[in-house]
Amino acid sequence: MASFKPTKIPVYPKLGEKITEDTLYWKNYKVPVQIKEFGAVSNIDFSPVAPYNFAVTAFTRIHIYGSFSQEPVKTFTRFKDTAYCGRFRSDGQLLVAGCEDSVVRLFDVSGKVALRMFKGHTKAVHITDFTSDRYQILTGSDDYTCRLWDIPNAVELTSYQEHTDYIRCGVTSKLNRDLFFTGAYDHTLKVFDARTDKSVMSMDHGQPVESLLLYPSEGLLVSAGGRYVKVWDLLKGGQPLVSLKNHHKTITCLALSSNGQRLLSASLDRHVKVYSTTNYKVVHNFDYAAAILSLALAPKDESIVVGMSNSILSIKHRKNPEESKEVTGQQRRRPSYRVFVKGKNYIPKQDDYLVSKSVKQHLAKYDKQLKRFSVSKALDTALETSTRGRKPDIAVAVITELDRRGTLKNALAGRDEEQLSRLLNFLMGNMFDTRFTPILVTAAELILDIYQSVIGQSAVIDRQLIKLQELLEREIDYEKNLLEILGMLDTMFASSLPRKEVPCSGIISGSNGLAQGEASTSRPQLQVT
Amino acid sequence: MVEHRDVRVVYRGGSRINFREPVISNDSRFLLCAAGEFVKVFSTVTEECVHELRGHTDQVTGVLLRPSNHLQVYSCSADGTIRLWDFTDGILIKTYVVGYPIFSIYASPNHNDVVFVVTCVQNDKRAEMFQLVAVRLPRCADQRVDVPDLSAVLSDVSSNPAAVAFGRAGGFLASVKGLQMEIYFFKTSKSSRFFLKEDNKKGGRNTFTCVACHPKDDCVATGHEDGKIRLWRNFNHKKEYTYSILHWHHSAVSAVRFTPEGTNLLSGGVESVLVQWRYNQESQKDFLPRLGAAITHLAVSPDGALFCTSHSDNKITIIQSCVRVSAVIQGLVKGENVRTDLMVDPRSKALVLNGKPGHLQFYSLQRDKLLFNLDVVQQEFIHQSGLEQFQVVRAALDASGSWLATVEERKRDAADLELNLKLWRFDEQTQSFELNTTVAAPHEARITAACFDQAASSRTSTLVTSSRDGRFKAWRLAAPAHTDGDGPSWSCDFVGAYHGLVPGRCCFSADGSLLAVAFREVATVWSAASWELLTTLSQPPGDIRDLCFGRMSGSKYLLGTNENKMLLCWNLLSCSLEWSTSMDVRLLLPDPLSENMAAFCFQDGSTDLFVFGPGEPRPLFSQKAVCSGSVTRAVFAPREAELESCEESSQWLNRSQLYFLTQFMDLLTFSTRAEEEKLMAANKQLVIDDAVAMTPFHLLLGKHRRPEAASGLSAERTPPPHGSPAIKELLQAPAHVLPAASFLCSAFVKSLLVSAAGSSEESRPPEEETESEKEEEESDEETRTRISRPDQESRGARGGREAGGPALTKAQLRELRRIRKLDLGWLAGLMEP
Repeated sequence: MASFKPTKIPVYPKLGEKITEDTLYWKNYKVPVQIKEFGAVSNIDFSPVAPYNFAVTAFTRIHIYGSFSQEPVKTFTRFKDTAYCGRFRSDGQLLVAGCEDSVVRLFDVSGKVALRMFKGHTKAVHITDFTSDRYQILTGSDDYTCRLWDIPNAVELTSYQEHTDYIRCGVTSKLNRDLFFTGAYDHTLKVFDARTDKSVMSMDHGQPVESLLLYPSEGLLVSAGGRYVKVWDLLKGGQPLVSLKNHHKTITCLALSSNGQRLLSASLDRHVKVYSTTNYKVVHNFDYAAAILSLALAPKDESIVVGMSNSILSIKHRKNPEESKEVTGQQRRRPSYRVFVKGKNYIPKQDDYLVSKSVKQHLAKYDKQLKRFSVSKALDTALETSTRGRKPDIAVAVITELDRRGTLKNALAGRDEEQLSRLLNFLMGNMFDTRFTPILVTAAELILDIYQSVIGQSAVIDRQLIKLQELLEREIDYEKNLLEILGMLDTMFASSLPRKEVPCSGIISGSNGLAQGEASTSRPQLQVT
Repeated sequence: MVEHRDVRVVYRGGSRINFREPVISNDSRFLLCAAGEFVKVFSTVTEECVHELRGHTDQVTGVLLRPSNHLQVYSCSADGTIRLWDFTDGILIKTYVVGYPIFSIYASPNHNDVVFVVTCVQNDKRAEMFQLVAVRLPRCADQRVDVPDLSAVLSDVSSNPAAVAFGRAGGFLASVKGLQMEIYFFKTSKSSRFFLKEDNKKGGRNTFTCVACHPKDDCVATGHEDGKIRLWRNFNHKKEYTYSILHWHHSAVSAVRFTPEGTNLLSGGVESVLVQWRYNQESQKDFLPRLGAAITHLAVSPDGALFCTSHSDNKITIIQSCVRVSAVIQGLVKGENVRTDLMVDPRSKALVLNGKPGHLQFYSLQRDKLLFNLDVVQQEFIHQSGLEQFQVVRAALDASGSWLATVEERKRDAADLELNLKLWRFDEQTQSFELNTTVAAPHEARITAACFDQAASSRTSTLVTSSRDGRFKAWRLAAPAHTDGDGPSWSCDFVGAYHGLVPGRCCFSADGSLLAVAFREVATVWSAASWELLTTLSQPPGDIRDLCFGRMSGSKYLLGTNENKMLLCWNLLSCSLEWSTSMDVRLLLPDPLSENMAAFCFQDGSTDLFVFGPGEPRPLFSQKAVCSGSVTRAVFAPREAELESCEESSQWLNRSQLYFLTQFMDLLTFSTRAEEEKLMAANKQLVIDDAVAMTPFHLLLGKHRRPEAASGLSAERTPPPHGSPAIKELLQAPAHVLPAASFLCSAFVKSLLVSAAGSSEESRPPEEETESEKEEEESDEETRTRISRPDQESRGARGGREAGGPALTKAQLRELRRIRKLDLGWLAGLMEP
């Protein structure tokens, strides 16, 4: 009459991070493309115009990659020493790069030879950038100076020597051609106006500043140095807004997502963290294989490019929504589908008499065996599916079901060495998972009861039993430690909670002191289904 | 009882329909089964109860089709009578008084007017001895007949009705008891006995449990405790008998039955699988598995088209020739105890309690019908004795009926307890509860109470469970934490404890702002909004047994009962004891629709009921000795329509009705006089339509029949011929016991003439009377009947009351009317010349 009710496999709550929209967004990237460069990748810059090529500065070369090719479309090799900070101009036509040999070179993107050479720095130039009027270049160098150069004449316009250590980062304003920002290893950020001969603002980061980022509105400045990311409000005269400490090694690079809602920071601790710019909480985290030196995001977040100290360039492209659609389209084109669906989409008319076909119940293999009461086979099948699919909950559910039916002993008995060792392996692997412990302990006890007479006959089984015992002892020690910690915590909580008197009721004569109540230590306990 | 005559305790439904084997009528349209003091007639197609044959004054112990007339049925009862009924119309034809309690009834086509009954042997020292007695039913016209001659056929039979069976054409009788089978041959009046060895290894497992005889062959099938079925042949010769063994069942066979042609043998047992064996090809078997619960009885319709199985969960399943279950008739499942409280589903107004293992049943109180079973554990039920099953131990419904919380538990070992808390949401589309949240192991020990916040206004309800582990937990519906697409689920909001004491009862105040939890002697009051302990109330000694808040105008009171036989009422405004009185209250119950409280007190082996307002300890109503033993569960069920009773003692029953369960699992209720009068009136107006099967012919002819039925309806108001016992006798006696029609005719006509004269005295000329009758016959003009209706109705009501004895049913009336009409036409013919 009633159909067979299949074994219920309980759904356990997923531990770990919750799935948010951010996780979905930032997980929606393809497997990264990895390209080996000649040395540590120190800088990545995307071209602001259409094909969105990006310049990768690594060792003595600058490669320009197209958005989909894995081979560089262009290479600049005319550096005498390590190149630094290859950046595009806002029209994508020119590229500027500093160099260890203190010469700043300006290239035409289509050419090979440097159009201009800016000589004047005395030490390595780590930072170069175009101003927003496109005619000037900002450079910052290890000789503590930052300079502005005129491109057509290749002459130095201004030089500022206010920093007291290496200048390692700097940006120009996109809105004002005279404003630029620099950060140095002397822990300070400075705002310069080319129209004055001194810095107009100075902020103390507290650590050597490694990277600077300007919000599109240019009201906020983000600086990274040491393990801190700091946000400064420029409109309030450089007031620190927030300080984030989420990395455990020096942060090397900052980036902003295309819509300006998310801030990314890359660090030597091999993580990229994504912050929400509204509350500055970490909303996502990427892991990489090596210390990250540079990071860039393509317009519209189409790809994330990360350069690492082991000279690997990793490019992640966003998954294309059309591609997945195409796959389903292909499936629909298969002729067999139409064969299956034939006659099934017929909509009955009003006078039609409907004869419904009974739906066949699909049962898993172990359920079929349970239905036929072949308990040993069902257990075998469940173990096999569990070990194959790494889903121990199936086997545990079947063991629970067998126990409920009172036939667990029958199912466990009468096994040969191989089957038994498989069973013991499963037990050892899953017995100390708190979700499975109660039922698996019962099963283990039954196994010991059944097979105690044959202990000593098989070396394999004996070894496994000894291992099981070791595991058990370790687990007991562990539990003991946990209990001790729990006790300590309880005393701490009890002493820290304020004692609150409960309003005492009017007690009728003859009552004892029970009504003199106190608030029990009650802490909300969250339990997920 | 004397002072409150207008309120009395009545039985309300929930009788066992699986007590004895059901009977299927010859045309397979009706199924008859014993249900308490009644015999219920169900339609096999629609599962509806068509008639209740009422008359017995004790448990009906057997139902049997009369072999000589397939439209009549015998029933026997523990009150010592055998009654003969016409089950299509639901009329009692005859009562035979035997005088001894009867335990089962048998008949064979070979023996006319003899039935065989099993009665208790009364005089012996051994208390329990049963004998099979042949009862010759005397032919006489009286409605109540004493049966003079009883002749014992077999002494020492089993009281189990399945243990006796008639053989081929009633030629012999097989009876089994213990380890022996006795076969009695009517022709030679001799009996032969066959003994089985007691199987020593497993201890008496060869015991016979049931017997069946082949209808065409000399073969007896017997079922045994160990699951074997033996087929006995050649038993006419005592020495040379043989038997073969069929073994499929793993535990006792509780019923075996041959199909009417003898081609198949059916058997059933605790496995709840109906097994069909081919006769003479016993290796071929058919199975119908998963029938729901252990099979207790089997019955086959006389044409072999329908099988029907009774199950231990008070269910009858109708099966079409071992292929398909076509109908299920389900009664109220009453296990050994009700673990959940009785509740009323606010939507369906059904009584909710735990039913068969792992299920929650919804039972309609008004219609005495099980609406549905909610499968709570959702696991395959393993039919095996001695297996610990998951039991639903707690259930709670919120005020709107949109959330249901269930707690199921299974005790594996002494220490090991499996607990699951499940929360179900009512789905409007499927009209059933759907699982929303499962919490495995919500507490570390058994859950003692679960209750919902009953405030109707608050959209997010709160559930509170208290447990033996010394904690109570509050659960709330939480919004989905992540965007998985699944809706909100329940999670723990607060864990409370008080001095490590074990919490007992908990309850919410009517507006849902306060929660009271009893911790042994102390009642703690918590704020539901902030989970702060507001105050504690106690009145030691004695642990608090029950706790509830007052409702409506009494909402400032908290009432409690304790082990020290005290009923306490605290005022929550002053936090002091308002009043207390000494009574051993076992159950304290607030009426959700009024401010009244009902307290069931146990005193001197019986239970008294007190109904009072929370403000003062003066009872509005009290009734001593409601029932013997203590009342364990009770519930206030809202009425469908409010009663308008002005008597003070029954006013508390105006809006809701109080149902309670006694120790013996009888469902009782309180009924007022006004309600009974209303019910009586409703019964009178009820027109019993013949449950005609929906055949193509019915579809064609039904339209033509309808005007006829309408005429019957209008003609129904003709006055019943009260004060003419001759007619009554004539109509109630079976046709075959009456004298010839020609002999009766003149007397009958005379009696009718007298009645016409009698009615003519009531200021109406006789011509008009006949005229009106004719018009009714034609049924095309209704004006006159409408005019005469009120008068007739009043007379009808008076007549019904005066008749005293069995009131005339509609069907009787109709029959009578038909005869009258015929006779009148004939009379007119006579008068004309």
